Amino acid sequence: MTLSVDINHRLGDFAVEAKFDSAGRLTALFGPSGSGKSTVINLIAGLIRPDKGRIAVDGRVLVDTDARIFVPMHKRRIGMVFQDARLFPHMSVAANLRYGRWFTPSTERYAKIDAVVELLGIGHLLDRRPARLSGGEKQRVAIGRALLASPKLLLMDEPLASLDEARKAEILPYVERLRDETKIPIVYVSHSVAEVARLASDVVVLAQGKVVASGPTEAIMQRLDLLPAEERGEGGAVLDTKVLHHDEAFGMTVLGSQAGEIRVPRLARPAGATVRLRIRARDVMIATEQPTGLSALNILAGTIAAVRPGIEPTVEIAIDCNGAIVLARITEQSKRTLRLSLGRQVFAVIKTVSFDSATTGAGLSVEADG
Amino acid sequence: MNWLLDLTPDEWNAVRLSIKVATVAMIASLPPGILIALLLARGRFWGKTLLNGLVHLPLILPPVVTGYLLLLSFGRRGPAGVFLAEHFGIVFSFRWTGAALACGVMGFPLMVRAIRLSIEAVDRRIEAAAGTLGANPLWVFATITLPLILPGLIAGAILSFAKAMGEFGATITFVSNIPNETQTLPSAIYTFTQVPGGDAGALRLTLISIGISMVALVASEVLARRVGQRMDIE
Repeated sequence: MTLSVDINHRLGDFAVEAKFDSAGRLTALFGPSGSGKSTVINLIAGLIRPDKGRIAVDGRVLVDTDARIFVPMHKRRIGMVFQDARLFPHMSVAANLRYGRWFTPSTERYAKIDAVVELLGIGHLLDRRPARLSGGEKQRVAIGRALLASPKLLLMDEPLASLDEARKAEILPYVERLRDETKIPIVYVSHSVAEVARLASDVVVLAQGKVVASGPTEAIMQRLDLLPAEERGEGGAVLDTKVLHHDEAFGMTVLGSQAGEIRVPRLARPAGATVRLRIRARDVMIATEQPTGLSALNILAGTIAAVRPGIEPTVEIAIDCNGAIVLARITEQSKRTLRLSLGRQVFAVIKTVSFDSATTGAGLSVEADG
Repeated sequence: MNWLLDLTPDEWNAVRLSIKVATVAMIASLPPGILIALLLARGRFWGKTLLNGLVHLPLILPPVVTGYLLLLSFGRRGPAGVFLAEHFGIVFSFRWTGAALACGVMGFPLMVRAIRLSIEAVDRRIEAAAGTLGANPLWVFATITLPLILPGLIAGAILSFAKAMGEFGATITFVSNIPNETQTLPSAIYTFTQVPGGDAGALRLTLISIGISMVALVASEVLARRVGQRMDIE
């Protein structure tokens, strides 16, 4: 799937001028509120008509103001999951799920009701009315309803933003299954570093209506300067790791990564499973010699690959650990005292307890396995 | 109770006619009522205020004026009357159909108001969600909007029916007071009050009139509550 967007749209004083292409499995539109993410996704869905521009999915032009093309939303075959579920209140869950099927030509129906119901774990809800569902259940039904219209592209507009942490943890694994077990490309709008780092293959960063960066998740997540101020503490390196074995005696899981072995609190995932690990830059300490007599269990050797100014009084140090980048955020004073400079041999130190369900996806693996 | 149910044939006819006229007026005004309510609730066009005023006119004008205007336009020599008679064979003047037209027009503002309010209460984002699932605007209206405004439709229909049951001025001006043809309950009651010894008849018909209105109102309440429960809207 390739999505190509190049649009200009004005809403009062606010202008969105976004241009990007993406071929990702799950592309995140990422940015603080008011950055224009939702406008972009509404333009792709056809809920708004752009003042000017062009949008194409897999070469099929949906909007081209120059050529006077505007495909109405009901002909786009683009599924949409809204932040506020928007289920039909006068229909049962089953009728909500079946709604989109009526309008899909039978030759293009690839989504099977049973499979989708199973994927989202909503079998026990089918006879209920939307008013009798919890927030998380509503959102799962909304995802199922969008899937069963057999869309060519699935848009998700902050699907977790109105849910509490427990409900988020309930939905996230389903979004992961969606990403891994179906073939539908997904565009996912979010302002949360945790969600984007965990779910996205590609990220498009928006700020004040403009695209400020785009690329693979690992690369974008390291650019702490791109993250919204309130989320900057969550930024850091994203590593793809594998569960090597569990240390049952101490309740830990040992993950293997390019940077070396990393010990995290016990994850409910089988050996061999892949885990996308986010190491917050603020959780990483730097030592200039192999530390001893230290409680932290993870010590990764590497060389300093970049030194960037962060928000005062911090600096960001990128450490190349055997080809994988680990980010550390330290104070300017520490940098001077330790005389950290490019190419210097250092050790990145990370406490095992600094990993939590938000950075390991542990909460979700418990659910997915159980 | 016997004196109450012991109606003369003419009185029975008035009761039957009233129910027929009110039912036809209600059913016939529903489609245009929904259309106008949609236009007023969602349309953005020049002359919307004018249309709104026009719809509400029967509410403000003396019923006699409305009846006279109907006579001028839909009467035997009125332009609309001539046109409909020639092309469709529909004649209004001095027929029960004319009474239904008068009642429909008088109840129209009430019906449009009720439907309009319920349309304005529909969450358009839910309709947009249906659109993204592949439903074109017509399907969205039929499967989402219409079921969601059902309570408003019922309320509007009942108001129109109730208004029709009580309509007097416009009806008598437009189609007169002909027993068995245009003499509805109010006209019959009026006739009784104009003749000596008509008190008993007037009272009988008055009580019947009250009874029918009460039944209609209670029925609408029950219906609306059922619909509301079925929808289970938060």
